[in-house]
Amino acid sequence: MMQKLDQVPMGKPSRNVLAMFVGLLFLLGAIGSLHVAANAYDTIMGFHASLFTGFFLLAVIWIAKAAQDGATERGYMDKVIKYGTVASVFWGVVGFIVGLVIALQLAFPMLNFDTSFINFGRLRPLHTSAVIFAFGGNILIASSLYVVQRTCNARLFGGNLAWLVFWGYQFFIVLAATAYLMGGTQGKEYAEPEWYIDIWLTIVWVAYLVVFLGTLIKRKEPHIYVANWFYLAFIVTIAMLHLINNLAVPVSIYSSHSVMYFSGVQDALIQWWYGHNAVGFFLTAGFLGIMYYFVPKRVERPVYSYRLSIVHFWSLIFLYIWAGPHHLHYTALPDWAQTLGMAFSVMLWMPSWGGMINGLMTLSGAWDKLRTDPVVRMLVVSIAFYGMSTFEGPVMSIKAVNSLSHYTDWTIGHVHSGALGWVGMVSFGAIYCLVPWLWGRKRLYSDKLVEWHFWLATIGIVFYIAAMWPAGIYQGLMWRAYDALGFLEYSFVESVAMAHPYFMIRALGGGLFMLGSLVMAYNVYRTIRGDERIGEYGDDAQTVAAE
Amino acid sequence: MSEHDKPDIDDHTGVETTGHDWDGIKELNMPLPKWWLYTFYVSIVWAIGYMIVYPSWPSLSGYYSGLIGYSQRDAVAEDIAEANSKRAVYSNKIAAASFDEIRADVALMEVAQAGGKAAFGDNCAPCHGTGAQGFTGFPNLNDDEWLWGGTLNDIEYTIQHGVRFDGDDDTRLSDMPRFKVDGILDRAQILDVVEHVTKIAGGEADADRAARGAALFADNCAACHGADGTGDRSQGAPNLTDAIWLYGSDKAVLYASISNSRKGVMPAWAGRLDAATIKQLALYVHALGGGE
Repeated sequence: MMQKLDQVPMGKPSRNVLAMFVGLLFLLGAIGSLHVAANAYDTIMGFHASLFTGFFLLAVIWIAKAAQDGATERGYMDKVIKYGTVASVFWGVVGFIVGLVIALQLAFPMLNFDTSFINFGRLRPLHTSAVIFAFGGNILIASSLYVVQRTCNARLFGGNLAWLVFWGYQFFIVLAATAYLMGGTQGKEYAEPEWYIDIWLTIVWVAYLVVFLGTLIKRKEPHIYVANWFYLAFIVTIAMLHLINNLAVPVSIYSSHSVMYFSGVQDALIQWWYGHNAVGFFLTAGFLGIMYYFVPKRVERPVYSYRLSIVHFWSLIFLYIWAGPHHLHYTALPDWAQTLGMAFSVMLWMPSWGGMINGLMTLSGAWDKLRTDPVVRMLVVSIAFYGMSTFEGPVMSIKAVNSLSHYTDWTIGHVHSGALGWVGMVSFGAIYCLVPWLWGRKRLYSDKLVEWHFWLATIGIVFYIAAMWPAGIYQGLMWRAYDALGFLEYSFVESVAMAHPYFMIRALGGGLFMLGSLVMAYNVYRTIRGDERIGEYGDDAQTVAAE
Repeated sequence: MSEHDKPDIDDHTGVETTGHDWDGIKELNMPLPKWWLYTFYVSIVWAIGYMIVYPSWPSLSGYYSGLIGYSQRDAVAEDIAEANSKRAVYSNKIAAASFDEIRADVALMEVAQAGGKAAFGDNCAPCHGTGAQGFTGFPNLNDDEWLWGGTLNDIEYTIQHGVRFDGDDDTRLSDMPRFKVDGILDRAQILDVVEHVTKIAGGEADADRAARGAALFADNCAACHGADGTGDRSQGAPNLTDAIWLYGSDKAVLYASISNSRKGVMPAWAGRLDAATIKQLALYVHALGGGE
């Protein structure tokens, strides 16, 4: 399968000049950040500028070493994808554990331990960023670089730039996570990192765009495969959202603090334009890219409908970008913006479902694989959850429904049916495909463990959303209940007490989901080592015959 | 590889493929599912209709305000006005009437109790508990022990002005000294006072130390808490002889209370709740069981 592709000859002068130039840039960066670290106004900036110095110095050493070694890898550039896959598993486990901790904190507030570092307010963004950006982001980047090479029949563009993307992105994660724990945030949901972390992510993201787009441009196939449309839409739109939502003026280059450019209702609208399209383009378009490669590849069937993929792609990206205002129903946001947000969200229903149809119907002719291949089962269940949450989303965007559901745990349930069910499961499926393919293993260490993971995760999700739906609906009903004399029937505190058992069930569900990810981590580790679980597959002759 | 290969027919579906081939992946040239397409059309038609009826597209000078002229602000204002007008019948009466008049009027009293309960849940329950049972540092409002008095007027005043609340000049103010921190008593002396207080509260105490503590109590504490330790409501000094404790009756807790003082704070509600609501709250709290 691996072709010997053109390779820049080793030790080519232009290559060394470039390496020296980049190394010099990093050296300047190290000196600059050391200066900032020495003059920092606050602890967070002092700490982070020191981290930057260390990162840049390590990068200089890395570049020097790489220039000395020359290129050793031929064909597709897969080592960086291996790293990304492992990073995704690692951050996934971390993010799920933190999620369990904050679920328990909500059920049992004493678990905040009266300390600032690990209280709910700081761990919550740590959880969301770890699962969305660290777990999800890594598998998106890794899988997109895998897919774009295969479907373009071309090695990654930009040489070691892909390594800057990988390490730069991990560094972004470390900066964001440590900032949250120390209380550093600009207070925007899913865009918490402060200005200098945003700038760093911008650099990394542009490098990612260059690698991806460059590979597309030098492709040896006449057309661009549908998975790549979705990946590209994800990369380009996230860049735009990130830049505009994070417009801010730093207090000083020595300070971690900044003042946001937008304020008031404009800020709220920009924030949820960003927030909803992070869902639309990160968690939907990006993972549809994963689906469009790994589902047909795994089940060895053609994609159900090319036309549907075109129509639903363009309608999805055109409509999604308008849907953000539905996060601000019944607020100071002008009526007309709320109307548009709701109308476009409802129109978004079918474009979203186009992906579900194409994913599920691709199995026609291969439904038996659902029985024999637990990885296929994972992918299919992820598509089912995708269909469910992309129906629930438009429903919740309707103002009459939203007046009940907004600010309740119904929203949390909705998000997690999408995040655990769709994003989580499709990522697990992709990881289970990628690991044997990347490391050249015949199959996974154990399909039985995939089954275990599948059931732990599925039951965990069911517990989670089955707890959050009633909790949210009861909250909504209690908050709006009036007695016969026109007084509020319930106090807020009573609605919290009502939700307590549901919070415990939610923590149980999250715990099961987290356990499943540990099973996956073990399975991935053993597969990478080249092991096969003794006795599971029988001898090879039998396996071949069965297929 | 693939230079526009001739489309081939998929065996299972009988549909031809698009002829593309990416890393072994092909695509069927399947038409759009009809139900999908028509549902999409319906949702678009519905959305356009909705945007015509309701305020939607912005313009340079304003926005299109919709066929029915709906405005969320107006809708909220109407709802609030309607609720207020319904309540006004009662709330005006409650605001105007004296406590005795309200208590004499069964219907009005019923409203006051319901209103008090609702206001209590949203404003008081976070500290005093949903059942007004209190927590450490936050008094139980069901019992007969009152720091600042348990008559309707006392309770109303406390709610209006709060306790040790910075923003209110008429706030309830008691200022027990920090005996250890301010160097008034030393450790051994405070331990003696702890024994005395434990003794008058009916606990087990060391007789010698309690005796020494009694003398210290008379000199330092009696002015506010009374010679017998039964407290003084005019100063907010708690009765120390009953079994009711705001911060606990452990000797370590008593030692901390005397050493550092406590100075819990309750906000003044006069500026935040209207007079009728505060009245209803007073009536509600008064009726919880401990009213005088």
